[in-house]
Amino acid sequence: MIKTPEELRQRIESCAAKLADKFEGKDGKRAIVLCGGTGCLSSNSAEIMAKLKETIAAKGLSDKISVNQADCFGFCSQGPFVKIFPEDTLYRMVSIDDVDEIVEKDLIGGDVVERLLYVDPVTGQKVQKQDDITFYKKQRRIALSGCGLIDPENIDEAFGWGAFAGLAKALTMDRQEVINTILDSGLRGRGGGGFPTGRKWQFAYNQNSDEKYVVCNGDEGDPGAFMDRSIFEGNPLAVIEGMAIAGYAIGASNGYFYVRAEYPIAVKRLRLAIEEARAEGLLGENILGTGFNFDLHVRLGAGAFVCGEETALLNSIEGMRGMPRPRPPFPAVKGLWEKPTIVNNVETLACVPYILRNGVESFAKYGTEKSKGTKVFALGGKVNNVGLVEIPMGTTLRELIYDIGGGIPNGKKFKAIQTGGPSGGCLTEEFYDEPIDFDSLSAKGSMMGSGGAIVMDEDNCMVDVAKFYMEFICDESCGKCSPCRIGTKRLLEILNKITDGNGTMEDLQELEELAATIKANSLCALGQTAANPVMSTLKHFRNEYIAHIQDKKCPAKVCKNLMQYKIVPELCKGCSLCSRKCPVNAISGVIKSPFEIDQSKCIKCGMCVSSCKFNAIIKE
Amino acid sequence: MAHINEKAVARIREICASYASENTPLMMILSDIQNEFGYIPLEVQEIVSEEIGVSVADIYGVVTFYSFFSLEPKGKYIIGVCLGTACYVKGAGPVLDKFSEILGIKPGETTADGLFTLDALRCIGACGIAPAVTINGKVYPKVKVSDVPGIIDSYKNA
Repeated sequence: MIKTPEELRQRIESCAAKLADKFEGKDGKRAIVLCGGTGCLSSNSAEIMAKLKETIAAKGLSDKISVNQADCFGFCSQGPFVKIFPEDTLYRMVSIDDVDEIVEKDLIGGDVVERLLYVDPVTGQKVQKQDDITFYKKQRRIALSGCGLIDPENIDEAFGWGAFAGLAKALTMDRQEVINTILDSGLRGRGGGGFPTGRKWQFAYNQNSDEKYVVCNGDEGDPGAFMDRSIFEGNPLAVIEGMAIAGYAIGASNGYFYVRAEYPIAVKRLRLAIEEARAEGLLGENILGTGFNFDLHVRLGAGAFVCGEETALLNSIEGMRGMPRPRPPFPAVKGLWEKPTIVNNVETLACVPYILRNGVESFAKYGTEKSKGTKVFALGGKVNNVGLVEIPMGTTLRELIYDIGGGIPNGKKFKAIQTGGPSGGCLTEEFYDEPIDFDSLSAKGSMMGSGGAIVMDEDNCMVDVAKFYMEFICDESCGKCSPCRIGTKRLLEILNKITDGNGTMEDLQELEELAATIKANSLCALGQTAANPVMSTLKHFRNEYIAHIQDKKCPAKVCKNLMQYKIVPELCKGCSLCSRKCPVNAISGVIKSPFEIDQSKCIKCGMCVSSCKFNAIIKE
Repeated sequence: MAHINEKAVARIREICASYASENTPLMMILSDIQNEFGYIPLEVQEIVSEEIGVSVADIYGVVTFYSFFSLEPKGKYIIGVCLGTACYVKGAGPVLDKFSEILGIKPGETTADGLFTLDALRCIGACGIAPAVTINGKVYPKVKVSDVPGIIDSYKNA
């Protein structure tokens, strides 16, 4: 139990020293750290950890080597990871079979296991240390600070990383001073809208009420974004501390986490961290002897994207269908159970302790004039280095895709990067050198959203991508207002018509008119931005739409009704394998002479292509 | 209360009571029931209504709004194919089609033997290992169409 700021200071100091010893090897031990994020766990990182422990114990090395769990290293496409301190050697794509070699060669023999090192896709060179990998070099970690280094289930490691020093600092300040600090830092909401966090707090602070609430929006629904999950899994106490600081600033004594039920590990670690913080007296009554009371509760979502919209989220906590409320009144005036409430995103809250602890300048020195600090992007899709990257606002797309992302795999050509998920849009190579921030993305017809950044290459059909998002929105529209409920359905029907080969040029105009209507008339942000993927692909890839309509061709060969499989007679050896694999008996021929596909029977499943050993079957 | 036994009724009342100190606990109660019993039929909604004083109409509205709640029992193994953007652009669509083809059911349906339910999921946040499939919580990374028969067989024979 930590009762005073002084006790907290001492605890942080001793834990920090211990943590530094662990990473620098001064405790006489080498420390192995494993990634325990969702991605790596699915590739058996827990089993690798168990086997490492077992092997190390069997060799009698347990007093010389510690095996530690951390969370997401961010570089998910290369997982599972095993990192060894103090050398900072990073092994990637480790399997259980590699454990013996790592123990024998590296831990006992002192040699690096070369074949498990990361290979730079551009230079082809092996890289031993994590910090030397280009993926990590341009990153600056504020929100993700500690993730992938400290054990998220051990509060002492979080203390070693400075946990609750920001809260202790805030508690010495006037409430208004705390809000001013956040205002001065230029922190804007990282969940999508980019609204200045300090102003939100100010509104709630200005309200007179016996009860106020802080709500953390952990309903990370944007498909392709997973930074909030990683923060919960990697350093949950940073968000808890951010909540407590927010609670102090606006005068709330209770806070609620609303987390997606799809994230079981995040929920487990968050609950554990709340219990640990309570046990240390950092949540509950009279925190650090200052008279500040604050406690936290966890509520789970149940699979509804619209609950990421703050008023829908509040309805969901109140046990209702997750439908948005008309605004005003804004939640800061009338929110959860009709009390003044601030709803902040996970990543936003994770930045708060950092700002308090290190001062405004440490945050505001990064970024652009109107977008300060860093932003975490979930870089995914057709890019070599897939994972979570935290970069200063103002980094260019080129740096993101090529320097950090390592370029497009398999020598394919870049087509677009989609940011902002179902509410966002696509950016093409003409924006390569555009700095990324809230305002530049909006100006280009996309948006920051929560930071999903999906790279598409020449094999992705942009009409199909627009259709994908529209299907998503149709499924997830809550149905409360008709522009969104009916309008998105009509948009989808027109898109289906186009990808089926029945589109007309008038359909394009209709798409645009309908999109504008939905944007202008929907109740909440989900509806207001729902047409963005259509509008942005229409703007940048109008030619693809026209190819579908006029030439009845899908240039990327994705839309099934507009392409066919063909056997190239010169390459076909007549082995009959494809005809045996075909589920609808559409392929026939005579052994040892070229086979043929009956287009009237073909269901375009692609089985023949994957079965052919001579690459004789092509898509047209 | 035709097909709910005494024990289940008692358990549902117990779940409701465990949240007595919480403000508006309906979502938590329904989550627990869904997790424990696999579905939330009308009879169960009636019990919850009696316990917490929310109308059955409101409860039904909530159960049918959220995709995690189900009125019908789900299969023993729930296969979730992630159709988040990262998975989609890396070929999750054909993977889902393959599951659907082999099991003979559409997404959202359960096989006649009650063994498998197929769900198309929104992003599970495992974008680094796309396309991802989850079966009762176990995550399968980088699934290819050709992996699908083997995955299904491993549960059929389990």
